[in-house]
Amino acid sequence: MAAVSAARARRAAARTGQYAALVCYLVFLAFPLVWLASTALKTPQEMALLDPTWIPLEPTLANFAAAFGEQDLVGAARRSLGVALCSAVLTVLLALPAAYVLARYKSAVNRVVMGWVLVSQVFPFILVIIALFMILRRFGLVDSLAGLVLVHATWCLPFVLWMLRGYLRGIPRVLEEAAAVDGAGRWRTLVSVVAPLAAPGVAAALMFGFVSSWNEFLFALILLKDPGVQTLPLVLVAFTGPEGVARLGPLAAASLMAAVPSLVFFAFIQRRFRGGLVDGAVKG
Amino acid sequence: MTVGRGGRGRRRGTALAAAGLAAAVLVTGCAQGDPGEEPMRYLSLAWQTQSIEANRRLVQEWNREHPDAPVEYVQGSWDNVNDQLVTAFEGGDPPDIIHNESPTLTSFEYRNYLADLGDDLPADVRADIGDAAWDTVTIDGRVVGVPLLQEPQVLIANADILRESGVRIPTVEEPWTWDEFEAAARELTVPGERHAVAWPLSSPTNRVLNLALNFGGEFFRVAEDGTVTVEVGPREREVLERIHRQLYTDRTADPQAVGMSGSDPLPAFFAGQYAMVQGGVYTRQQVVEQAPDGFDWVMLPPLVGDVPDQGATSQTLSVAAGSPHEADAAAFVAFMAEPDNQVDLALGDWLTPTSQEALASPELTTNENEWDVAVHAAGNLRSAPYLQVPGFDEFKNRVSEPLLQEYFGDRISLDELARRMEEEGDAVMARYADEG
Repeated sequence: MAAVSAARARRAAARTGQYAALVCYLVFLAFPLVWLASTALKTPQEMALLDPTWIPLEPTLANFAAAFGEQDLVGAARRSLGVALCSAVLTVLLALPAAYVLARYKSAVNRVVMGWVLVSQVFPFILVIIALFMILRRFGLVDSLAGLVLVHATWCLPFVLWMLRGYLRGIPRVLEEAAAVDGAGRWRTLVSVVAPLAAPGVAAALMFGFVSSWNEFLFALILLKDPGVQTLPLVLVAFTGPEGVARLGPLAAASLMAAVPSLVFFAFIQRRFRGGLVDGAVKG
Repeated sequence: MTVGRGGRGRRRGTALAAAGLAAAVLVTGCAQGDPGEEPMRYLSLAWQTQSIEANRRLVQEWNREHPDAPVEYVQGSWDNVNDQLVTAFEGGDPPDIIHNESPTLTSFEYRNYLADLGDDLPADVRADIGDAAWDTVTIDGRVVGVPLLQEPQVLIANADILRESGVRIPTVEEPWTWDEFEAAARELTVPGERHAVAWPLSSPTNRVLNLALNFGGEFFRVAEDGTVTVEVGPREREVLERIHRQLYTDRTADPQAVGMSGSDPLPAFFAGQYAMVQGGVYTRQQVVEQAPDGFDWVMLPPLVGDVPDQGATSQTLSVAAGSPHEADAAAFVAFMAEPDNQVDLALGDWLTPTSQEALASPELTTNENEWDVAVHAAGNLRSAPYLQVPGFDEFKNRVSEPLLQEYFGDRISLDELARRMEEEGDAVMARYADEG
């Protein structure tokens, strides 16, 4: 009896510890966002207090007014949204079939391809930017959102390919074989069996592509010069000055707005992140 | 779970609508035209509200008066402007008019990026801007920009603490010498409660090199054959040693502030933990905006060493070499440099203008927000030798910034700092001489 009680107490303690760790992790994750919101609502005087407060003493919307009044945040956000959606979709469309082939077929070529995918990740941005700029200029894709989509998709492609290949390899091959036994052709098997099972992986890849493109700054800086096509990260840096000085209030207000679409996109897509979809699909 | 036809249809519709929206957004960015027929692009690094407003207003005014030579305002950022510009120049598509600062121009001129404006500027603009300011943008006889705004280095002090301490409050007629400043700092320090001064030195090179001219410290020697060497002798060491002494011997300066930039020390300054903060004249803007009600502050005139000289760093407007609009771009730059316009830009950035007429304007000779002190301080500025040194940018980023940070962090001695700055700096200079 005493042993059972002790085991129960140990389990309760372990559970309490798990929840405490989870709360700490949530606080860690939420801190930047909460601090951003708090800063966005503070007056300049309050931001310069030596002992900062979490809740603004005199909340103000002046920072939002300044941010939206001085820069075309809405237009920039609309363009960023278009670029991020297109980049994410294009990346996944290109990566998915390639990842399937790499996951299902073993050959020397595939090994070389995977090696090249890994190697391509080590090239620093600065090594390619001037050549990239000149190529895009030749094709009339400088100052063009379409050019930026191509660049973002290309930049994300290796990692997304690697990610999806890993995911697809986790889908039991016997499910495809079972579909074939039931008379499904290759295309039907891919559409009706593989695609639904791959959905969580595709959702994760879309999320990665979207967030990478949404936040990307340097390619956009180099490629987009016309103010009419600039994306949100380029507009945000307008609130920073030399030697690390920044107008924190408007910057926080604009950054808070910039965080919203990623959160909404994640909320929209997160129901696709369902673990255990294939649990029990095969015996043994 | 099954999904009905309606659900699938809605999803497909949503997906198509999203794709259509995205495509429409993308198409708007695809237009390309003949560069000669497009408006001139003006890459501005203005970042404060008033400054952005002033720049945009001036661009609108120009466009109204010159409909045949329109200018498009393009917002840039100090943070990464040089990466952006190098790529744009190398890719053959730079902005026509470029806002930057004088220390960068030497590297750009070394790569032949900038147009010589010597013959394109009206005589009244040439005459109105002082020679010392022109020196900051003249490289090998080529005028590669127009200096518009400058930033004297000053001290901003808590007036109440200064008065209570009984130290002599410096005036523009009788500024503090460095010796007086160090003595006053000892008076103003209350161990455990208050440091006399905060030196925000996260990017120390320009600041230290500009202040070093107080004692004749030039850091670079140019031989008759044009060879450039780095020299950290007694004159160059003077300011370095004095700041270090305040930090670690007198303990009148807070070592924690050394890693800070620009306005970072202000919260502690407002809370009375620092009696003074060192910075450029633009620091006033942050003080005015952020100081608590009733906070009484004063800007002290620049310190004086053997001489009152300080190195000048100018904010500049340049024209890209090979711009299809070179003459119009030069005319726009001259327009921005007109005295009235310089007043607007100076008020927007809280810096001092280079135009002599602008310096005498009522808006800048007022004692409101210490403009009179700022304008007086501008009289001591002269072109620092480093502005003429090809490779200074690399010297700064790879040699002097990390070494000075180590020195002010008390991790290396002054002798080691001097030795390494000379050895490593000379290697950079030699490479640029070989390439040149």
